[in-house]
Amino acid sequence: MGWGFTLRSLSNFVATPSSSPLPGGELEITLRLRAFASKKPTSAIGYLQPSDYFETHNKHWQNISGLLQLMHMNLIKLHQILILFCLPFLAHSATSAPDGEALYSENCSICHGSDGTGGVGIPLALPDFINQAPDEYLKRTIRFGRPGRVMPAFDKLSDSEINAIVAHIRNWSDKRAPAWDETPVAGNKQHGQKLFDQHCITCHGKNATGGTGTGVSFSRQKDLPITAPALNNPGFLSSASDLMIKNIILNGRNNTPMQAASTFGLKDLDVNDIVSYIRSLQPPLHSTPPKPEEEPAALIYESSYGFDETVENVKRAATGMNFRLIRDQALDQGLVEAGKESQKQKIIYFCNFKFLYEALAIDPRVGMFLPCRVTVIEHKDTVQVMSINPKRLSRLFNNNELDNACTQMHELYTSILEEATL
Amino acid sequence: MRFLKQLSFTLCLIFVSPVQAITTDELIMIRSSQSFPETMAVLQEAIKKQGYKLSRVQRVDIGLTQMGYKTDKYRVVFFGKTEEIHHLTKNYPSLIPYLPLKIAIFAEGDETILVSSNPLSFKELYPDAQLSPLFENWSKDITKIFDFVQFPD
Repeated sequence: MGWGFTLRSLSNFVATPSSSPLPGGELEITLRLRAFASKKPTSAIGYLQPSDYFETHNKHWQNISGLLQLMHMNLIKLHQILILFCLPFLAHSATSAPDGEALYSENCSICHGSDGTGGVGIPLALPDFINQAPDEYLKRTIRFGRPGRVMPAFDKLSDSEINAIVAHIRNWSDKRAPAWDETPVAGNKQHGQKLFDQHCITCHGKNATGGTGTGVSFSRQKDLPITAPALNNPGFLSSASDLMIKNIILNGRNNTPMQAASTFGLKDLDVNDIVSYIRSLQPPLHSTPPKPEEEPAALIYESSYGFDETVENVKRAATGMNFRLIRDQALDQGLVEAGKESQKQKIIYFCNFKFLYEALAIDPRVGMFLPCRVTVIEHKDTVQVMSINPKRLSRLFNNNELDNACTQMHELYTSILEEATL
Repeated sequence: MRFLKQLSFTLCLIFVSPVQAITTDELIMIRSSQSFPETMAVLQEAIKKQGYKLSRVQRVDIGLTQMGYKTDKYRVVFFGKTEEIHHLTKNYPSLIPYLPLKIAIFAEGDETILVSSNPLSFKELYPDAQLSPLFENWSKDITKIFDFVQFPD
């Protein structure tokens, strides 16, 4: 995310000339803009000749229309507007580095918690995590993300912004960042796989696909601090060096289920073999992903029955598939006066609470598309039955685990819609 | 005439600026440092302040708890503008499964998370040029609602 001015920030600008010219005849102009990457306004002071600029009485001009009015009055010229808009940017660039705390707050705290204690995302402030993670690993992780494992790639952040975020995260530890060393570890990957299947597979999954659920919310008890990472993830393997992986296997991570290799009687050469196996799982990060099957935004069926009968059919089909009916209501209920709701646009809400609980455990964000609902409408002399298409929406979440649940939900919706309309 | 030239040039500069307010992210999420009840109250105020009516609040956690599942507080808030909903359901019925708009709000310890799909992502789902401004407005409105929740002052 770069510095710059947005339409919103432009509409928030305030330009304030000083009440009288300075001794040198210049007029001090204070411009405040809310910049894109910060919640706080950025201020800059410019010095311009009053003869070229505003009238000398004290006045505030706000918003774009005020600015254009000034142009129309010929009190301000186009090049001066551009200078004004550039001033805060230049001043900020020249005088300060990106604010790591603000950037963390804006981009990371949502998932990882304000103080790094975790949430939807893993707890970054865990001492053994941060003390084993070189800065380069953190930078690459932010840049590449974890494809299919919730963490997005922050490809719009500049290098300096990522550096600032990493510096902020580093503040949570009083130890120095471990050194970054990309020396490859040589080992026997076949033997490594055998050891991995024997000692690591319980937490990290077959083929190192990782633990289930996200972070620490909903998916697990709050006293379990971390989800076993997907070691086969291209984002992870493009971020972690062999020596970093080796160090973690050798030492384990305190306060997590990850134990030191010695606990299992593994020697240094064994660990080399495991690292070689994990490294062999690395797919190319930037290979073109297979194009997802084109899916419509919504599932829409035309009913062979009348409106009321179709509504009853939907209810019967849903309960027949182990869903519990929650309620049915007019689509505009709550938006219009009671009694004046549309009678031919009805939403039927239903839920399978086990499925709901499991879906939230996979990814708590998915609740915005829950509980399940089917809408029946009468439109141009036809009765239509429709729902969201979960397969299409699963792409929003960058969560492979959720894709399976969405496919299952897609099949259930399709069955209900077919049964209600055919 | 000169003024108009300057005006059009300035507007061009503004609108082709590489940094736009509009995000292309598919989800809009924020973390509120306030607890769930406070955040829920501010969210409802913010929705109304932005010109929307609350349609209803789905108490997901209540249903889960009644069925014996342990969960933190989790609600989905539905909201919309009456005229807009009526216009869309009449002219764009395929959009109905996504109406009214909604925001999921759930507790995480002493803090609260809010999530909404970014209506800008609807552009791909509904590639109708006439709907694009609507999706952009919704995206801006939800961003403003979230801004207000984070910084009510």
